[in-house]
Amino acid sequence: MSDLKSTGPQTADAPTPEDALHEAAAYAAREQVHAPGGPADGPVLAADGTPLKRSLNRALRRQKMRALALIAPLLIFVLLTFIAPIADMLFRSVENQIVSETLPETVVALADWDSEAGAPPAEPVFAALYVDLFFAEAQKLHTRLGTRLNYEKTGVSSLFRKTGRRVGRFDTDTYTDQITALDPGWAEPATWVAMMQNNGNRAALPLTARAWDRWTAYLASEGDDPAKEDIEDVLFTTLYLDLVATGGSGAADARIAQAAAAVGGFETVTLSEQFAAADKDWLDPEVWGTIKAFAPNYTAGYFLNSVDMQKTPHGIEARPENQQIYMMLFKRTIFMSIMITLSCILLGYPVAWILANLPTRTANLLMILVLLPFWTSLLVRTSAWKVMLQQQGVINDTLVWLGIVADDSRLVMINNQFGTIVAMTHILLPFMILPLYSVMQTIQPTYLRAAKSLGATNWTAFWRVYFPQSVPGIGAGSILVFILSIGYYITPEIVGGTTGTFISNRIAYHISSSLNWGLAAALGSILLAVVMLLYWVYDKIVGIDNVKLG
Amino acid sequence: MADTSSNDAFVEFERVQKSYDGETLVVKDLNLKMPKGEFLTMLGPSGSGKTTCLMMLAGFETATHGEIKLDGRPINNIPPHKRGIGMVFQNYALFPHMTINENLSFPLEVRKIGKSDREAKVKRALDMVEMGDFGGRRPAQLSGGQQQRIALARALVFEPELVLMDEPLGALDKQLREKMQFEITDLAHRLGITVVYVTHDQTEALTMSDRVAVFDDGRIQQIAPPDELYESPQNSFVAQFIGENNTLEGTVKELSENLALVELDDGEVIDCMPVNVNKVGDRTKVSIRPERVEFQKDRLQEGAHLLKATVKEFIYMGDVFRTRLSVAGNDDFIIKSRNAPDQVRLKPGEQIEIGWLPQDCRALDA
Ligand SMILES: Nc1ncnc2c1ncn2[C@@H]1O[C@H](COP(=O)(O)OP(=O)(O)OP(=O)(O)O)[C@@H](O)[C@H]1O
Ligand SMILES: [Mg+2]
Repeated sequence: MSDLKSTGPQTADAPTPEDALHEAAAYAAREQVHAPGGPADGPVLAADGTPLKRSLNRALRRQKMRALALIAPLLIFVLLTFIAPIADMLFRSVENQIVSETLPETVVALADWDSEAGAPPAEPVFAALYVDLFFAEAQKLHTRLGTRLNYEKTGVSSLFRKTGRRVGRFDTDTYTDQITALDPGWAEPATWVAMMQNNGNRAALPLTARAWDRWTAYLASEGDDPAKEDIEDVLFTTLYLDLVATGGSGAADARIAQAAAAVGGFETVTLSEQFAAADKDWLDPEVWGTIKAFAPNYTAGYFLNSVDMQKTPHGIEARPENQQIYMMLFKRTIFMSIMITLSCILLGYPVAWILANLPTRTANLLMILVLLPFWTSLLVRTSAWKVMLQQQGVINDTLVWLGIVADDSRLVMINNQFGTIVAMTHILLPFMILPLYSVMQTIQPTYLRAAKSLGATNWTAFWRVYFPQSVPGIGAGSILVFILSIGYYITPEIVGGTTGTFISNRIAYHISSSLNWGLAAALGSILLAVVMLLYWVYDKIVGIDNVKLG
Repeated sequence: MADTSSNDAFVEFERVQKSYDGETLVVKDLNLKMPKGEFLTMLGPSGSGKTTCLMMLAGFETATHGEIKLDGRPINNIPPHKRGIGMVFQNYALFPHMTINENLSFPLEVRKIGKSDREAKVKRALDMVEMGDFGGRRPAQLSGGQQQRIALARALVFEPELVLMDEPLGALDKQLREKMQFEITDLAHRLGITVVYVTHDQTEALTMSDRVAVFDDGRIQQIAPPDELYESPQNSFVAQFIGENNTLEGTVKELSENLALVELDDGEVIDCMPVNVNKVGDRTKVSIRPERVEFQKDRLQEGAHLLKATVKEFIYMGDVFRTRLSVAGNDDFIIKSRNAPDQVRLKPGEQIEIGWLPQDCRALDA
């Protein structure tokens, strides 16, 4: 293994990425030395007369380019398979375009509505919702939106599903009937196609024009021809609404002017009543508040959820007590990861010590035992712990047989935190032992002898001389184990039960079962942030260049 | 030299044996007595058991057999940290995570010496090795020679009476070595400490020590002051190992108290001093130092046996001339003569006769 910041001799002739780094570091060091109070008589020149610095830079650049070329394949691989997914995940945790894409008219119409007023919005908003929902239902998008908004307010999902079924049967055919009665040409799709090609008409009928565009786009995606499909009620509704609003002024078609003149006497349909009839929740300002709160393209809602808060129409507030789960899970994950790291240190340190102080042959043999777990499937090892620890398992059986534990009070050692810590300590132990071992190998036994010859007892010699030198190994091992365990999934899933699961199990649940990817992404981002924060703290306290893997 | 009666022996090895693997003895029957204040050097080829002896004395290895006494008390059962022996390791073993000051105050801290006392002692020790300005540095920020001095200061700071040094100058260049050799002996004598010093550099051993113990094959071959060791080696190993030496092989013809006649393998007869031969007929290796060989007849005793020699090579070395001869079938017979105005410069091919005083020619074991 190599030191994270290797200072070993460079033996190969070929430039390695490290070469360039070393040279650069050495160069920087030289520069630092010369910078304060350097020679006053101008820059040093190279043999060919160019300033030494520049020719050195040129030489270094060439080396760096070669080094870059060597690592390029890995870099590209990592970019594609690691950096890009992480970036995507980070993005998903704030992305929220579904509302504005599915309900574009509603979102705009809702802009003026005051969610604190305690009343449902006015009729035009319902009209906009009617248009949006019609197309959403046609494209089967309304259930997805319902699911999304259901994360924020329970009941919205069924509201959308229910309304989606009803939206095609609203009483808006009243408008269809009245308009086609004025001129049967209105029923001809060809009339609409022609009408909507005229910019004057489109300006006079803005809502209708937008609805028509969505309609033709929808038909195109279905492979249908707008000129052949019957005109839906929704378009007659928008036509009516536009005519009422603008009076059809500026329209090119006489048919529009005729209709505009007639709409004043039309029998009307109140859309808010239609929606209320479909589901009276539409009169609940909370539902509208939720839609409005999540109308923007980007939201902090997922992150708020991740820390047991929520974004309500009235601002950010804590979730109800019985729905708070994530903070507890985060705390548990961190607590258990610390416990696992500590037990790995406690168990691994003596082993590494013995390995480092044995003759190489024996040490290598024992090293195989340490590495043995790597050669067995993770699943097998975890399941083995299940067999060992369960109430009818090997350990309990033995304890009962020895009479230490009564048969009716067998120990519960699995499906809880204890089982998870035991199994994960076992699984992650090699990651602690390996760096510890390679660091300890470099600590010469003469240090201990020197300490003892200076009068230190065995313990003092260990604690004051050996231990400080092994700290980099502990640091490296702890970082490895902690970071691995904080994101561990399989083992807590199998042996964790309900009290031993980690945040990662929740993430997996949201990825594969609840399909709330945004929340999963937010949880993952927080996990990432926690790890980086700890890494930073570690760097501040111990110093990351103190981490040695060998 | 020092009186080594068992009463005032400070360090004593008594029939000490050591085996690591239970099969071979690394140290075979070691007997050694050191008076207080002596500077003793253990000299010997690699693997001859010098470090092992030091480690047994320091307490890091246990003697398989025999007894080691310090100031009259057996120390076999005293753990290393209670022996109060200062030690300088070959690689210095300065604690890399501590500053120089911390390194030096470590032995004082474990002895629970108060802070102000500690600081004074550390400062004094650093000044002693002329490293007073380096207290705040880490060992890695010092040169090899500086580290060596710190190691020395650390071994001395808690005022031990006995200090062990295992090839402390091994890693230094020649000039620094010579400087440090002087500094170490000077310090040792000034402080009156007893030193056991290990080296396989014979010059170092000869220049620094009160006595030198020559080790080979787990035994002390000879223990004597440097001049005695050089001039009167007790066996052919010591003769070969210390300084330059010419060896001729032959058989003892006549033997008396002070003189042995040895017939060389080509039939010539020479006068020798019997040192390590027992009876007529024994095989022997005769040892003569190059600078004791004479080729100008007027400088030789009347009646001395002479040997014919052919000059093979003449090497001008500045202060001395080194001439390689072929003598009695030995082509590597070296003689050294001082570069003086009247000195003869031999030419290759020249036939000469050489001789020596009988007491300079020692008949040793074969
Ligand atoms: N820990 C050990 N286990 C087994 N054998 C050892 C051990 N230490 C030393 N030996 C053996 O004991 C013999 C004497 O070793 P020692 O280190 O005393 O030699 P030395 O005289 O100090 O040599 P050098 O001048 O090379 O340092 C050697 O043959 C060595 O191989
Ligand atoms: Mg040695």
